[in-house]
Amino acid sequence: MKYRVHIRVMPRAGLLDPPGQAVEHALDALGFEGASNVHLGKAIEVDVEGSSAADAERRARTMCERLLANPVTEDFIVEVPA
Amino acid sequence: MSVRVAVIRFPGSNCEDETLRAVRRAGGEAFEIWHRETGLREADVVIMPGGFSYGDYLRAGAIARFSPVMKAVIRHAADGGAVLGICNGFQVLCEAGLLPGALVRNAQLHFAGRPVAVRIERADTVYTSRYRPDQVIVIPIGHGEGRYVAPPETLAELEREGRVLMRYADPGFLDAPANPNGAAHDLAAICDASGRLAGMMPHPERLADPDQGSSAGLGVFHSIVASFATAGSPAPTLVTR
Repeated sequence: MKYRVHIRVMPRAGLLDPPGQAVEHALDALGFEGASNVHLGKAIEVDVEGSSAADAERRARTMCERLLANPVTEDFIVEVPA
Repeated sequence: MSVRVAVIRFPGSNCEDETLRAVRRAGGEAFEIWHRETGLREADVVIMPGGFSYGDYLRAGAIARFSPVMKAVIRHAADGGAVLGICNGFQVLCEAGLLPGALVRNAQLHFAGRPVAVRIERADTVYTSRYRPDQVIVIPIGHGEGRYVAPPETLAELEREGRVLMRYADPGFLDAPANPNGAAHDLAAICDASGRLAGMMPHPERLADPDQGSSAGLGVFHSIVASFATAGSPAPTLVTR
C-alpha cells in the first residue's frame, strides 16, 4: 500500500541558522513584535510503499538518514497522516 | 611519466577546465572523467572541481555523491589514492563521508565571491608541499555554502592531529573580514588522517596562470606533481603531529 509521508528537515537546534535569523529580522521590521526563534527548514512529501503506516514511516526514516537530511547539521521529523 | 590526475565532471561542475589547465601547467597529466563513468583510468589523483553539481539541489554535494563515478572515487580513496575536493568538490567529499563535518550556508547569507587570504598551516602534504609553512597566499573564493561546521570533538581532533591545511587569515590589506563565511576555527582546508584526502573551499585553479598577475594557487598543483615522482607511486602519508 502507498502512504503519503510528510517529512520536515530542520537545522539542528543550537546551530547558527542565518536564514532563520534573516526572516526573524524581516518579521520584526514589518512590525510583527514578539515573533522569535524563527528557523527555516525543508518540507518534503513522498509516496512510500509499505505494508503498514509504521512500515512506510520506517522506510522514510531510512531515506532521511541516507539522503534527505545531513546527520551533521540537521534533524528530521517524519509523519504519516492517517 | 608524470602524475595522472582525473578531474571529475558532474552536471553543473564549472571549474573543470581551469583545473585541467592548472594541472597541465604544473607538469601533470590531466584528463576529465564524466560522472557516469565507472573507472578512473588509472589516475593517481582525483580532483573534484568546483561548481554547482545538480544545481545544489537538496544540499550542496548531496546528489553528486550518488553519481556512478563516486563508487570508483571511494574505492580509490580506500586503496590509499589521493583525492582533492575544491569548493563544491569539498562539499561532495563531506557528503560522501570521506571528510568529516559539513559545509553550510555562509554566516552572512550572501554568496561570497572575492579574493581571500589563507595561511598555509601544513606545508608537508600532497597538496601544499610547494608552499612555505605559515605562508599567506591570496586566492579567490566563490561560494554560498562554505561555512565549515563539525561537532566540537571533530574540530578538536582536526587541530590535535594537525589536519588543518589552510586557515583564513587577515593579511591587513583586504577590505573585508578575514573569515568570509563564518567557518569554525577559520578553517579553509582540511584533510583526513592519512593526508591523502583533502578538501578546500578557495579556488587555487582560478589563480594559476602568471598572465593573471598572480599564480598563487599554482602551488597546489605543483605540490601534487612533486608528490608523485612517477605515475603509480604511492602518495606520501601525513605525519600526524
